Amino acid sequence: MTSIESQVLQPYKYGFVTDIDSDTIPPGLSEDIIRGISAMKGEPPFMLEWRLKAYRHWLTMKEPRWPNVRYAPIDYQAIRYYSSPKQQKKWDSLEQVDPKLLDTFERLGIPLAERKRLAGVAVDAVFDSVSVATTFREALAKEGVIFCPFSEAVREHPELVERYLGTVVPPTDNFFAALNSAVFTDGSFAYIPKGVRCPMELSTYFRINASSTGQFERTLIVAEEGAYVSYLEGCSAPMRDENQLHAAVVELVALDNAQIKYSTVQNWYPGDEDGRGGIYNFVTKRGRCAGVNSKISWTQVETGSAITWKYPSCILQGDNSIGEFYSVAVTANRQQADTGTKMIHIGKNTRSTIVSKGISAGRGQNTYRGQVKILKGATGARNYSQCDSMLIGDQCGAHTFPYIDVRNSTAIMEHEASTSKIGEDQIFYCKQRGLSAEDAVSMIVNGFCKEVFRELPMEFAVEAQNLLGISLEGSVG
Amino acid sequence: MERSEGTAMLEIRGLHASIQGNEILHGVDLTVRPGEVHAIMGPNGSGKSTLAQVLAGHPAYEVTGGTITFEGKDLLGMEPEERAREGVFLAFQYPVEIRGITNAYFLRSALNAVRKHRGLEELDPIDFLAVLEEKTKVIELDEELINRPVNDGFSGGEKKRNEILQMAVLEPKLAVLDETDSGLDIDALKTVAAAVNKLRRPDNAAILVTHYQRLLNYITPDHVHVLADGRIVRSGGKDLAHELEARGYDWLRAEAAV
Repeated sequence: MTSIESQVLQPYKYGFVTDIDSDTIPPGLSEDIIRGISAMKGEPPFMLEWRLKAYRHWLTMKEPRWPNVRYAPIDYQAIRYYSSPKQQKKWDSLEQVDPKLLDTFERLGIPLAERKRLAGVAVDAVFDSVSVATTFREALAKEGVIFCPFSEAVREHPELVERYLGTVVPPTDNFFAALNSAVFTDGSFAYIPKGVRCPMELSTYFRINASSTGQFERTLIVAEEGAYVSYLEGCSAPMRDENQLHAAVVELVALDNAQIKYSTVQNWYPGDEDGRGGIYNFVTKRGRCAGVNSKISWTQVETGSAITWKYPSCILQGDNSIGEFYSVAVTANRQQADTGTKMIHIGKNTRSTIVSKGISAGRGQNTYRGQVKILKGATGARNYSQCDSMLIGDQCGAHTFPYIDVRNSTAIMEHEASTSKIGEDQIFYCKQRGLSAEDAVSMIVNGFCKEVFRELPMEFAVEAQNLLGISLEGSVG
Repeated sequence: MERSEGTAMLEIRGLHASIQGNEILHGVDLTVRPGEVHAIMGPNGSGKSTLAQVLAGHPAYEVTGGTITFEGKDLLGMEPEERAREGVFLAFQYPVEIRGITNAYFLRSALNAVRKHRGLEELDPIDFLAVLEEKTKVIELDEELINRPVNDGFSGGEKKRNEILQMAVLEPKLAVLDETDSGLDIDALKTVAAAVNKLRRPDNAAILVTHYQRLLNYITPDHVHVLADGRIVRSGGKDLAHELEARGYDWLRAEAAV
């Protein structure tokens, strides 16, 4: 391994296990298990019906084989579909939360205690199958913003959940979305009422802790007319030799003139250097720009997971709506990623921007897969796509699969792609100016990712920096 | 006027170097003292660029014999970044592009690495900007270049001038200019030469590696050396350059072969 590679292949820092008693259910999946989950969550009947319908459909589906990734078959009967830290019936305040949980999130850089909270960021902390705390809820409620665990939204705001759930990603959408719809446990719900600019960043931190357990969270964000919200998502998991499944669904709905900015720093355990263990991150994320002039932006920095399979997408339904996708995906060691986006142009004068940066090191395999579809009625649609790949070492791979489907002759499409290699010449040039090899690599990787990093909110930019071990100076702000 | 007195800054003795097993330099000797400008001339393939790269420590070249002493220290024992921090600068024949990193940020990082090594305080962006403005004036570089990514989308001439800007900012003791004149039109050549002249000081030195004499119309060297087939076959004053311009290199190669 070269020194350049060893720098990129840093050891995983969040691999600790929290020793806590859990309420878990036996492994396996059946209608009874689903009824059990629904009962534990105290859900209204419509929710159970919805889950069962999804489950029955899922039974008829086959796991997709088209992604450019390789893994042993998953035994869905060996997975535990629910695990929750033992707890009192209901947490009314943080004082009642097990200190071990607070400590876990503190170690992950997400302090939940009142005086240590991150300024300007409301956090929903999800541990295995349940949300353990949501900060700043009162402050948000004053503005009419609802930000709460998904299971609570099902109980407290069933009318909103019923109106929007599954409208962007139907339960029958794909194999993993159907599975999620049947067994999802928790996640976040955010609702920004008409004309409100959400006064702080909303954030959910997902932590998988229990072994043999899958995490199936569900996130739904609705921005009403003229509303604005910036939402951040982070995640990590302990180091284990087994593979764990994470199959989430995220749905975003933006009505007229609304804007949703969704940022992810994904750092699930990637497995060891021989490819043992790690999370299978099979996620469906989609936003619907339902209203005119609405805008949805996805920004993601993906460094974790053994296998990543996700395509945060935008359905540009409202006239003049805008979809954006900015992504940095890093695959090192034996990691595999098949990720990209879909931009579906339906409304007139809709615009989309795709900027994808893939970095492969070690034996990592990085695939960009993206679709731009311009439907017949989408007069004046525009798309700009840029896909750049960087290779570090000579055992990794980068692949690009852009799909373009244009049915309106007024569309304007631009596509740029490049592949570069961090070469000895580049490193030597920096060293000749007095920089160390480490600083040189940081600088080159940083420069490569710059267009994506500058889309991240400040708090996340710092986390991304730590993840890639790079300096962000010059690329933030 | 030849300044051949005083202690040597750079001493190259019996230098042999090869790339991928092919020996390119077959025993080079060269002494450079503070305040001197040396021109290394020679035909293509004579080993000029190899000499420049070996001085800077490019990992592709293997030194198979000889010594290089820089200010009394063993240069060959140092990593490329240590050499740079000690004051050896190479203006690249083909400067490398670094996307997404501005020239200003790159240069400040480099200058601070050098300053740290010399026990000086690191410069913050504001103090650095003052340094940068002063230097861009000296070498008449378009200020707009400093906020563009390092060499990204630069014309050939801009890249070469950018090398000189880096040199001006880093203030090396020994600057090695590897074919800085190649690919430059006459105006760019004059600007680069003027900048190099302005940066000349009694306590620094330069080695100009060049194929053509024309750069030497604007930068007057103290010594001219002809490198052919991996050896210095002739050394002289600035007149030697004119002679080479008139007669070419073949007569020297013929003499050397005897």
